[in-house]
Amino acid sequence: MFTTNQVLETIEMVEKEHLDIRTVTLGLSLLSCIRESAKKTAEAVYAHVMRKAEKLVPTVEALSGEYGIPIVNKRVSVTPVSLLTAAFPEESMLVGMALDRAAAELGIDFLGGYSALVQKGTADYEEKFLRTVPLTLASTKRLCASVNVGSSRSGINVDAVRLMGELVKETAERTKEEGGMGCCKLVVFCNAVEDNPFMAGAFHGVGEGDTVVNVGVSGPGVVHTALKRIPEADLTDAAETIKKTAFKITRAGQLIAREAAKRLGARFGIVDLSLAPTPARGDSVAHVLEELGLEVVGCHGTTAALAMLNDAVKKGGLMASSRVGGLSGAFIPVSEDIGMIESAERGKLSVDKLEAMTAVCSVGLDMIAIPGDTPASTISAIIADEAAIGMINNKTTAVRVIPVPGKGVGEEVSFGGLLGRAPILPVHEGSAEKFIARGGLIPAPVHSFKN
Amino acid sequence: MRAVVTVTGVDRRGVIAAVSAFLAEKKVNIEDVSQTILGDRFAMIMMVDASEAEEEFAVLAEQAAELGKSIGMEVRLSHADLFEAMHTI
Repeated sequence: MFTTNQVLETIEMVEKEHLDIRTVTLGLSLLSCIRESAKKTAEAVYAHVMRKAEKLVPTVEALSGEYGIPIVNKRVSVTPVSLLTAAFPEESMLVGMALDRAAAELGIDFLGGYSALVQKGTADYEEKFLRTVPLTLASTKRLCASVNVGSSRSGINVDAVRLMGELVKETAERTKEEGGMGCCKLVVFCNAVEDNPFMAGAFHGVGEGDTVVNVGVSGPGVVHTALKRIPEADLTDAAETIKKTAFKITRAGQLIAREAAKRLGARFGIVDLSLAPTPARGDSVAHVLEELGLEVVGCHGTTAALAMLNDAVKKGGLMASSRVGGLSGAFIPVSEDIGMIESAERGKLSVDKLEAMTAVCSVGLDMIAIPGDTPASTISAIIADEAAIGMINNKTTAVRVIPVPGKGVGEEVSFGGLLGRAPILPVHEGSAEKFIARGGLIPAPVHSFKN
Repeated sequence: MRAVVTVTGVDRRGVIAAVSAFLAEKKVNIEDVSQTILGDRFAMIMMVDASEAEEEFAVLAEQAAELGKSIGMEVRLSHADLFEAMHTI
């Protein structure tokens, strides 16, 4: 049984500290939808998604009402589309449009899986598929794309890295009316996971079951408040407090995940133990780090504080859930976190510091606006650096940068809603063009050979 | 189904009566009540059984919130499992 104080604590968390379930994501395998043409495949994909996810939004809303806990997003992730359209890759956009239409009709904000996994080499059909990404993202609203360009096991596919630098630029250009918005829906991964519930990088891996519910929890505000109560505690005690708080948050996520899976006739996949911020005040990972004693996020000490936070969240969460997966770590998207935005506006947060932070947390250089005239090879080099961190450290890393067309350092771009706003951060000027142009594969590190 | 009703706000007359009457009307049985007053803040927690209620639980929860507004308190009806999950190992 629980006590009066525990009941009030939970209510306080929901009402004042932004405790919520960030996303219930339904993963769907679409392999059974492959037909002899792109048009027929698109039709089959649309019908399948509509049938399987029909009840997603009403079911999740009913759960939210019953348990008295907000569930912010309902989403769908699907089998990487490049696998569905391998026989007619140039027409992949038809499938993308069908998925976007399904998402709109289901009433969900994002659907992920316009993806390709090319970590060891880019097949001809995959390259043709990837080249459809910019136009497809510019022609759709809810579809998210992701590409895996490296892994600890296979190394980094630099040919794909080079291509992605160009495609990120092209995506920004094609969506320049909205500040390069298309790039908010395009993630380049190293060590991508197959059960990630969070957008824009979610896709449903081929190793997964048919229909799976994955849940992403949230709660930077709850952790922040818990730390505020112990301003003089040493870091051991602070870590302990974070751990206990993460336990409670994750328990709520696990409960919703199990119940959602049952009602949707799906398998319960995983709970993703990520601290995911939103642009709302009181829901910031940066502010948690500052509460630990940093004057401003981005100063020296930020990496250590983040490492501690990330580890403590995992320890608490692992104990709370029977099945943990996804990305599981603290997210540091610049435009989606009010503390990060403010630090960047004051010139206290650099891309270099963010890169260092990604070495100790999930997930990568996320939602960072950079000058519109940044060369494609520099974006590729940013991707390569980030992939190297992931490859060597056996962790997922990603790059979601927005080269904002027509804007430069000192200006700002706003995407609205959960995507927030971002001041444009400077990138280094030296060119990596020759390095990227060499292409080939950066071999897998020696410690990947474990067999 | 077991659920928890929480009532919080500035203390005033008739709160318990109003909430109990609402629950009785909805065929929700009160199993346990605890109540504290901290300064002028009133906090009441009721363990209830809502298995005989005719409305859907989510609708009932909305009606409880509306009742709260009409008496100037925060009234929440939530599934007991959430508290159980968060506070027990």
